[in-house]
Amino acid sequence: MSKFKKKKDGELPPVSTASLPDIVFMLLFFFMTVTVMKDSEPLVANELPNATEIKKLEKKDRVVYIFVGQPTEKYQSAFGKEPKIQLNDKFANVSEVGDYVLEEIAKKPQEVQSSITTALKIDKNANMGIVMDIKEELRKVNALKVNYTTYEGDAFKNLQ
Amino acid sequence: MARRGGAPEVNAGSMADIAFLLLIFFLVTTTIETDAGLDRMLPPKEPPTDEQVILKQKNIFTVQIGKDGQLLVEEDLMDLKDLKEAAIAFLDNGGAVKGDPEYCSYCEGARSPESSDNPIKAVISLKNDRETKYSVYITVQNELVAAYNFLRNRAAKKLGYNMSFTEMEAAYSNQETPDDVKEQLKVKIKKIQDLYPQKLSEAETTTN
Repeated sequence: MSKFKKKKDGELPPVSTASLPDIVFMLLFFFMTVTVMKDSEPLVANELPNATEIKKLEKKDRVVYIFVGQPTEKYQSAFGKEPKIQLNDKFANVSEVGDYVLEEIAKKPQEVQSSITTALKIDKNANMGIVMDIKEELRKVNALKVNYTTYEGDAFKNLQ
Repeated sequence: MARRGGAPEVNAGSMADIAFLLLIFFLVTTTIETDAGLDRMLPPKEPPTDEQVILKQKNIFTVQIGKDGQLLVEEDLMDLKDLKEAAIAFLDNGGAVKGDPEYCSYCEGARSPESSDNPIKAVISLKNDRETKYSVYITVQNELVAAYNFLRNRAAKKLGYNMSFTEMEAAYSNQETPDDVKEQLKVKIKKIQDLYPQKLSEAETTTN
């Protein structure tokens, strides 16, 4: 007779799950660092074209966004299938673009107001008519720096 | 009595649940931003002047995008894949003769008298239809910018900089670059830009 109890045979020891929280936390921190909060619900389809000669928009506080694309399915009954402009959280007409950009610029701190870039997030299936109207509006309010936001990738994929 | 086996184990079973909860919250409320793209400057809106800028026809490289995405370069149909090469050939032509004040000493092109005098005079005129698809337009823009970048990178190499032009530009716009490095880069970038200024004009479109 020994003093020590023998382990019962045939029973699996419990699997240690102690490292599970660590793994999940690691994932969590990854997502926290590489993503940003969604600021507006997209109302338009926004599949961007590809380009290779791209430059990163470094200073996020100096960017005004304009979205263009076909309204998402939910809104197609009300707004049709033609590409529309989305400013903040609502659909807008071309004529509102100028005022919107000026308004957004006025919200930024004084010292960056002169170097604002307008990021045009335009769906690749939109046609140039609407884009040109927007460009014309931007010229009117003297917001001349634009950035056609694209994904990084072979530009010829756009043509397929 | 001495404790056996050290401190008691803390039950960390619920920690994973909490972490998952947080993770899922972040998954649904955030997006991965795409904040890169083609930087362009729009032409300023100026009051109409009577003074007309006269450009020599040979210094203009016309690119037209039709509504079905077909490409008309200098009045000829062209495949999009050949556009970059054609643009490089045009910009780098250096057609001005030796001795002329406009002679381009750094050009490596064909020096055809029919094409542009020098890269400073050369203008690319891009026109598109209202019906043109945006994706085609971006592809064309991308190819034209690629042509400029190719020449500028080559110039950077020739001037003996140990960085290509695109790398220098990226470093310049990077917030983490120290200010004194930025100053140096600015001088270099300016020098290359003076050799190959980007003259990409987008005239008002025709509606026909």
